[in-house]
Amino acid sequence: MFWNEKAECMEKEEKEKLQLERLQETVKLAYENVEFYKKRFDEIGLKPEDIKTLKDIEKIPFTTKSDLREAYPLGLLAVPREEIVEVHASSGTTGKPTVTAYTQNDLDIWGECIARGLKMAGAEKDYIIQNAYGYGLFTGGFGIHHGGNSMGAITIPISAGNTQRQLDTMVDFQSDILTCTPSYAMYLGESREKAGIPLEDINLKAGIHGAEMWTDEMRKRIEVSLGIKTHNIYGLTEVMGPGVAQECDFQNGMHIQDDHFYPEIINSETGETLGYGEKGELVLTSLTKTGMPILRFRTKDLTSLIADKCECGRTTVRMTRITGRSDDMLKIKGVMVFPSQIEKALLKVSGISPNYMIHVTRPDILDEVEVKVEATKELFSDEMKEMERVEKQIQASIRSETGLRVDVSIVEPETLPRSEGKAVRVIDERNFD
Amino acid sequence: MAVKQISIFVENKEGRIKKAIDTLAKENINIRALSIADTTKYGILRLIVSDNEKAIEALEKDGFIVKENEVIILAVPDEPNGLNSTLEVFDEKGINLEYLYAFVSSKTDEAIVVMRLENMEKAIEALDESNVKILDEDDIKNL
Ligand SMILES: [Zn+2]
Repeated sequence: MFWNEKAECMEKEEKEKLQLERLQETVKLAYENVEFYKKRFDEIGLKPEDIKTLKDIEKIPFTTKSDLREAYPLGLLAVPREEIVEVHASSGTTGKPTVTAYTQNDLDIWGECIARGLKMAGAEKDYIIQNAYGYGLFTGGFGIHHGGNSMGAITIPISAGNTQRQLDTMVDFQSDILTCTPSYAMYLGESREKAGIPLEDINLKAGIHGAEMWTDEMRKRIEVSLGIKTHNIYGLTEVMGPGVAQECDFQNGMHIQDDHFYPEIINSETGETLGYGEKGELVLTSLTKTGMPILRFRTKDLTSLIADKCECGRTTVRMTRITGRSDDMLKIKGVMVFPSQIEKALLKVSGISPNYMIHVTRPDILDEVEVKVEATKELFSDEMKEMERVEKQIQASIRSETGLRVDVSIVEPETLPRSEGKAVRVIDERNFD
Repeated sequence: MAVKQISIFVENKEGRIKKAIDTLAKENINIRALSIADTTKYGILRLIVSDNEKAIEALEKDGFIVKENEVIILAVPDEPNGLNSTLEVFDEKGINLEYLYAFVSSKTDEAIVVMRLENMEKAIEALDESNVKILDEDDIKNL
């Protein structure tokens, strides 16, 4: 039932004692071996010995993605180069990629975390894991692979793509567990239906999916089309890769492997630490990694933590589904707004998803929001009355979605700014000085 | 009989209306009638042109949003009460007017009026029963 019952079902007191010991070791290791951390500590006069309680972690400065970028490629190693055995990197959609380096011990920890997740999904040593995550610099493929090896299960490193071969493998090998991104799982499910392969011909029992946001609607479709139970998995290259947290059968929050990663939730604007149940940005600190220990990494992912013991018996802290990224979030008139909410509101009005832009200004002391919507044939009418009706409808829909009263402007198509082909969704011209 | 009008969405930005007109001129499309309804942010440019199909294709190619829809075009005697007596036809039947615009032609003494009504079918029926002169596509071409 558990891969590591001792670690996963540990009593709170014992867990916290273990976490503190490991935190102190990690801080010492980072301070003494990584120039970057030493400088950050010295700047505020902090010494590793000052970390006397878990709460003291709040004294440690945050580490951000741009800090990691500046250290590209191997500037944050805490061990001599010869101890590193593998590196991975996150794709650099903006700027340089961020690199993570692993010692053999780090890989073993990674494998351990994934193995716990595989067990949550019901895996046994004789299970066949069809690993359709991409193999490469991306952490998905290799992460699951290391976990399969740790467990002693049979891992098929099929990687992503080649749908026909994926389906053939499912049928021929009678794979038990599918691991891939949720969107690819959905595609495979649809492809199975299209190919007319009956569910009885495949033997999948569970799916482990992550690395992108997905909805309950997608979950249902995957579960039905592949006849499986799905498990949301979380992780990020900067910290390790997938396996930092994963759902058990109860699908009620992802169990964070908190003997290896210490989670905090902060208010992403003030940096203040929030309590259990409060929604904010997830901050992670590695407790056992030695190749590239990471202290208080700001994930930008918005979630909340659940402290209660899970129905499955595990006591590890759980995190709820990621609901957004703090860098997408806008605070307007004191209200939190995500561009995705505006998109949803527009979709409700027109049934199409037009291009839009949120323009926030503060002409005096109050925020003003203008939502510019590119006209489409569906939105346009030769009658002014109808145009005004559409504007009002958009306004009302945005209001019910966000609680905000906004000014709606319909503009000509292809006139809103795009950067490198990607639409610019938000222009915030408020001056906060 | 209804005639097809085209409507173009134009933002209230310098040069947008001119750009639309230029696009039509380049394709040698004649504009027979034109009106603009506008707010502070945008306008709806309504046109009766010589070739709708060609006009729509050219405008869409230049990034405009264009719609084609039916209007009624009437010849109204150029005399006091000329328009009024026409509108009464709709009033009697309770048909609401959405908008209208007028123009004059050098070839006739009558004022030419373009109308969009709430219920086009009923409006045409009402006109057929009256003695108001409705213009068809051919009449327009000869104006
Ligand atoms: Zn559980």
